[in-house]
Amino acid sequence: MAATVDTVETVKALSDGDYKYGFVSDIEADFAPKGLSEDIVRFISAKKDEPEWLLEWRLKAYRHWLTMVEPNWARVGYPPIDYQDSYYYSAPKTQDRPKSLDEVDPELLRTYEKLGIPLKEQEMLAGVAVDAVFDSVSVATTFKEKLAGIGVIFGSFSDAVQEHPELVRKYLGSVVPYADNFFATLNSAVFTDGSFAYIPKGVRCPMELSTYFRINAANTGQFERTLIIAEEGSYVSYLEGCTAPMRDENQLHAAVVELIALDDAEIKYSTVQNWYPGDKNGKGGIYNFVTKRGACRGRNSKISWTQVETGSAITWKYPSCILQGDNSVGEFFSVAITNNYQQADTGTKMIHIGKNTRSTIIAKGISAGHAQNTYRGLVRVLKSAEGARNHTQCDSLLIGDACGAHTVPYIEVKNRSAQIEHEATTSKIGDDQLFYCQQRGLSAEDAVSMIVNGFCKQVLQQLPMEFAVEAQKLVGISLEGSVG
Amino acid sequence: MGKDKSIAASYARQFAEVEGALPGRGLAWLDALRANAIERFAELDFPTPKLESWKFTNLRPLTREVFAPSPATRNGLGKGDVARWLADDLPCHLMVFVDGHFRADLSELGALPRGARVASLAETLAGDPARLEAHLAGNDAIEGDAPVALNTALMADGAVIALDRGVALEKPVHLLYLATAATKPVAMHLRNLVVAEPGSSATLIETYAAPRGGRYWTNAVTDIVVARDAQIRHFKLQNESVDAFHLAATRARLAKGSGYDSFYASFGARLSRNEIATRLDGEGADCRLSGVYLARGRQHVDNTTVIDHREPGSVSKEHYKGVLDGDAHGVFQGKIIVRPGAQKTDAHQLNKNLLLSKTAQADTKPELEIHADDVKCSHGAAVGELDAEALFYLRSRGLDPAHAQRMLVEAFIGEVIDGIGTPALRSHLGRLVAAWLSEAED
Repeated sequence: MAATVDTVETVKALSDGDYKYGFVSDIEADFAPKGLSEDIVRFISAKKDEPEWLLEWRLKAYRHWLTMVEPNWARVGYPPIDYQDSYYYSAPKTQDRPKSLDEVDPELLRTYEKLGIPLKEQEMLAGVAVDAVFDSVSVATTFKEKLAGIGVIFGSFSDAVQEHPELVRKYLGSVVPYADNFFATLNSAVFTDGSFAYIPKGVRCPMELSTYFRINAANTGQFERTLIIAEEGSYVSYLEGCTAPMRDENQLHAAVVELIALDDAEIKYSTVQNWYPGDKNGKGGIYNFVTKRGACRGRNSKISWTQVETGSAITWKYPSCILQGDNSVGEFFSVAITNNYQQADTGTKMIHIGKNTRSTIIAKGISAGHAQNTYRGLVRVLKSAEGARNHTQCDSLLIGDACGAHTVPYIEVKNRSAQIEHEATTSKIGDDQLFYCQQRGLSAEDAVSMIVNGFCKQVLQQLPMEFAVEAQKLVGISLEGSVG
Repeated sequence: MGKDKSIAASYARQFAEVEGALPGRGLAWLDALRANAIERFAELDFPTPKLESWKFTNLRPLTREVFAPSPATRNGLGKGDVARWLADDLPCHLMVFVDGHFRADLSELGALPRGARVASLAETLAGDPARLEAHLAGNDAIEGDAPVALNTALMADGAVIALDRGVALEKPVHLLYLATAATKPVAMHLRNLVVAEPGSSATLIETYAAPRGGRYWTNAVTDIVVARDAQIRHFKLQNESVDAFHLAATRARLAKGSGYDSFYASFGARLSRNEIATRLDGEGADCRLSGVYLARGRQHVDNTTVIDHREPGSVSKEHYKGVLDGDAHGVFQGKIIVRPGAQKTDAHQLNKNLLLSKTAQADTKPELEIHADDVKCSHGAAVGELDAEALFYLRSRGLDPAHAQRMLVEAFIGEVIDGIGTPALRSHLGRLVAAWLSEAED
């Protein structure tokens, strides 16, 4: 009973809140004017009621950003971005949302259907915000309480700044410093929100933390900032993103994710990214410039990245591990699918510093249509990394003769006891494979989906159960229209 | 007005001083080419590690001073200094260059079959310049990084090998470049040209050595044109002085059905970079690149290769192995490009590195750029130390550690050397490797 009452109360408070402090009535204040300046940075910080040190940090980043040049080494091409022609702060819109699913683009609904997403979730993903929140909010509330009971802090980044400033201050920028790279620096100046998770010593987080279930703040915007800290001996699995395409018109996404694993801690971070990839002719779509990095600070710590990248017009993303602690382990499992005119330049960096550090990289790239798909990875073994071990495997699959698949690994070894292996292959779907499947009554599309799923299996099986099923379907959907 | 003190400006001034004395002076196309090239050099300047393709190799030690063009020397080198660099039991058409200039007195060209011409660049520019114009006058001559442009501006000598249609050169052409210790730092801008007309074939051996050591800069550019169904085998042995700089760019173009088989062995030089860029311009072209690089002390050795598949049905195989000891730094950058439409390409690449000391380092960057779907492309790279179990096994059979290590390294290198088709060259290389390994034990 308690839970139900709780839920009703929460939702009531929420909707009341919406009316009381609604954005509709006070729209001016919740939109920063277009463009980027110190005033905008101050505006964002003030809106979030941030402490002085955080504002200073943002300003330091902003001033440094002004001196930086946008990187151009990745194999992606796009017209120059006008950073002054963008809004850097806008609160979630409530006005423009569709009122029911009838108003939502039917193309989008068909995709949801194929993914097997429940109706309520569909409404939420499509941005029908009226009452679909119901289920999720109840879920959120229950989970939040359960987590708090065992000392896990999980919530939005903004809340963390207010409630646990000492933790944020200690770890923010400790893995991705404000001056790290062009996009991370921009993020440091103007990030609006994101997730924060803190797992105390010895706690094994009993559930997957996720943004998908909307426990966390939705609509975190273009510049997300995520910080996850796993104390000694703790474990957490975090799911990010969403398997259905988000309706998002924003052009530029520059997120930063920082992970910190202390002694014997383990963080598993899974992403399914399916932002709007642009249309069949390469028009529109999201530019996804993301900096993700984990520090295995403690002995025997482990950070594992799993990503399924199917969306975005441009993906520029290299989830990395800094293997500082002795015996620490880094993993990177990736599927990147590009179709039509999508471009992906993604991979990882494994920096071996501690003794007996180990890393594994499995990257699968699938390219179709006119897409360009690049694996770019670095394995660096420093002098101190006695007994380091890396195994890298990159496989590319090409579908059609107008696409490209590229592999650019960098291997730098300064310790002879290291054992580093890299292998890469490129192949296509065999006509015989397709013929065999079709002869058994499968459509060409189903056959491709099946073959590609087999190709990606090593990575997909790393995903938590609920995610894996949808990711498998997504693989098929992303490649629709690539054969036949 | 103060003089521009930059290194590029110094070379530009050097060019102005020496251009009047360069071979082929007065040939309008060549004067224009050289002028163009020095301008391009000034524009590019020496590459720095900021440039992606030079990420692992820093030329600062080379660019601290200006290397003057090496003058022709008459020194005490005799036939005895030549013989030790030749393979036993392998008669050759021998061209000897001392300090970058052809020395007829030390060379033994012997009788060449009809339709085969082997001559020095300086001779050819003096006697038969039209032959060179077609291959040198284009923009391709200065394409590439600054050292290639500087070479084009200052090239003084080298070898020109031309084979008419269907000519098979039975004996290899051996180009032996000897450097003598000069009192001031000198540069040798060597330019070689090999033109193999349809159906012809030849084997080319290049050896770079310095009998007396010394500090100098070899800056070599070799252009190889392999016409339809022609075959060129190319062995290059780099045994420069350990204080020297060796930069070399080999550019090969392969027509339909042709083959280019290259083997490179690097033993010497303080800093070396051997670039091989091949363009497979015709259907069914076949390109093989293999190499070994052995380095110790403070040596830096860079192997950079590009294999560009531009037409369907071509094949490439690449296999490079490195052995790094002391504080040596080994680099391998191998790029395979498959252009749109180059279907049925079959490309394989492998690079392995063995680190023998605590302070040696290896950087490897195998790269695939694939724009066609019906292809088989793969690459592999590995870095590691000697297998402890294998070492233990040998030691348990009574071998001392040095001997056991040597055996394992020889076996590691042997995998590449065993692929050499000519037995005399195989054993020649085996001896050079053994000599390199025994130096460590001294």
